[in-house]
Amino acid sequence: MSLLQVKNLRVEFPTRRGTLVALDDVSFEIAPGEVLGVVGESGAGKSMTGAAIIGLLEPPGRIASGEILLEGRRIDNLPYEKMRRIRGREIGTIFQDPLTTLNPLYTIGRQLVETITTHLPVGPGEAREKAIGWLELVGIPAARERIDSYPHEFSGGMRQRVVIALALCAEPKLIVADEPTTALDVSIQAQVIAMLKTLAREKGTAMMLVTHDMGVIAETADRVAVMYAGRISEIGPVRQLVRHARHPYSQGLMGSIPPLDRRVERLQQIDGAMPRLSAIPRGCAFNPRCPRVFDRCLVERPELMDAGTTRASCWLYAEGAPA
Amino acid sequence: MFSFIVSRILQALPVMFVVSLISFAMFAYVGDPVAIMLGQDFTEAQRVALVRDLGLDEPFFVQFAKFVGNAMQGEFGLSYRLSRPVAELIAERAPATLELAFSAALISLAVGVPMGIYTGLFRHSWLSRFLLTFSLVGVSLPTFLIGILLILVFSVWLGWLPSFGRGDVVRIGWWSSGFFTVSGLKAMILPAITLGLLQLTLIMRLVRSEMMEVLRTDYIKFARARGLPNRAIYFGHALKNTLVPVITIAGLQLGSIIAFAIVTETVFQWPGMGLLFIQSVGAADIPVMAAYLMLIAVVFVTINLIVDLLYYAVDPRLRTGRGAGH
Repeated sequence: MSLLQVKNLRVEFPTRRGTLVALDDVSFEIAPGEVLGVVGESGAGKSMTGAAIIGLLEPPGRIASGEILLEGRRIDNLPYEKMRRIRGREIGTIFQDPLTTLNPLYTIGRQLVETITTHLPVGPGEAREKAIGWLELVGIPAARERIDSYPHEFSGGMRQRVVIALALCAEPKLIVADEPTTALDVSIQAQVIAMLKTLAREKGTAMMLVTHDMGVIAETADRVAVMYAGRISEIGPVRQLVRHARHPYSQGLMGSIPPLDRRVERLQQIDGAMPRLSAIPRGCAFNPRCPRVFDRCLVERPELMDAGTTRASCWLYAEGAPA
Repeated sequence: MFSFIVSRILQALPVMFVVSLISFAMFAYVGDPVAIMLGQDFTEAQRVALVRDLGLDEPFFVQFAKFVGNAMQGEFGLSYRLSRPVAELIAERAPATLELAFSAALISLAVGVPMGIYTGLFRHSWLSRFLLTFSLVGVSLPTFLIGILLILVFSVWLGWLPSFGRGDVVRIGWWSSGFFTVSGLKAMILPAITLGLLQLTLIMRLVRSEMMEVLRTDYIKFARARGLPNRAIYFGHALKNTLVPVITIAGLQLGSIIAFAIVTETVFQWPGMGLLFIQSVGAADIPVMAAYLMLIAVVFVTINLIVDLLYYAVDPRLRTGRGAGH
């Protein structure tokens, strides 16, 4: 059975000028221990999906319809207090900027211990030992001495390791990692991702890895979901999606990665920009930018459908598409 | 830490010098103490003798130098009006003012901080809206008016609380305290509320806006994502981060509570330093006024020093030594 199931999730933002649909009909699953990469441009709804899963959408955003199930139980409609017990304990979260996600006024040890004692039946002493263990696991040197340090006494990369320890310390089954390396130096990114990947594999933790770094996806994810304008445009195994993307948008994304094994004169780029949420075109949201657009794309909105090795929401893979 | 304190005290010296110069200069021109002391009938010889007695015939800067020199030894001369040592007068009046200021500060913090937290957390509740409206009243009504209104309601109409004075006091050494008698406590209530109300509303609004600011930060979102209970998030993580600006303002407020107790003390005929100051202004009693202003300056400087020390206690990033790497 899937660990996480997201079914037809729709997130709306009521505004003065009408309702904005931030996520529309988003469905996917994550199996235990699996890493699902979620990619897309800024504003495509990647982080929003993560926020919806942990039940921390920014008001006035709300889940308008759809279901989120964790191990078969619905979690999208739980009361705050029940959902609180799931956050941290069952679903851990890693945020983007380690410089702002740690409370500057408390030692990292205190923040770890409070997280552990909130979720696990251990006393403060044992929690402290566990905390030291986690700091060692995420690669903080001299963890025993450094546990009583404040966040500002660590570098950015070290702080992100602390954030990862905080996300993992109650041993959740799923980690929602929202751009965990975007704010780090490039030289540190690979180390942190490798560490995160190793830990997740060792602990059997599944991960939803939100990023716009295709390199990170190719290296880390088992499957990839490509998002565009609040919808999933393609989802499939990482190898197929990177090498043989089916949706024209995914093809464009993959084409913008510089290949190392051959020379290219120009990187492919996708013309135009993603539409604003208030002005999503009729039919397929990608149609104004799509190089292979045809009449059906302008009228009907495509659902995810089989496109060979992946599933894509593109009319090219429906019956009767132009060759 | 020690060198920090020393450097702050050294920085305070020029401040004190300027305050003493300004207060002394100001009072040299506010009135003629000689005319007041002599009354209606006097001879020219008497006037000249008195001027010489008081040292008022000397040049301004000589007077000032003498004043500073004496002040450094805690000697502020004799009050023109009461013919008693100024230091003694102030020591006699200080407990009343300090107890009043302490009570007012206590009320404004003990009520203002929880109200600020509440209105920051539950922004849209009816109680929050009511408290915010009420705080506007507190900010906009002048102190004397609030005092008079309170007297009208609680002393005149209801007759529950005294309208003036300090009640019975207990002497502890040279300190006279109104905290240990029923009448002393009852007399304290109205003036303390009057004096503390403005600060209370300011602190409430400050805590509210800081709380709202902090609740938007990433570390609060992360604390939620870690599944911490609301109690720990609000009172552990959020409140502590709102404290730094609150400490600053509360510290400055305490200074101004002491300094501006004058109006409240006048309304309630509270036998404190403020009342002494007002009476001294009326009589152009320069030594008392100058000493009072100097004392207020010392209070402000001391409170600022304590505020800076409290920052260090609250915010680890200010503690020097280990630097941050990026």
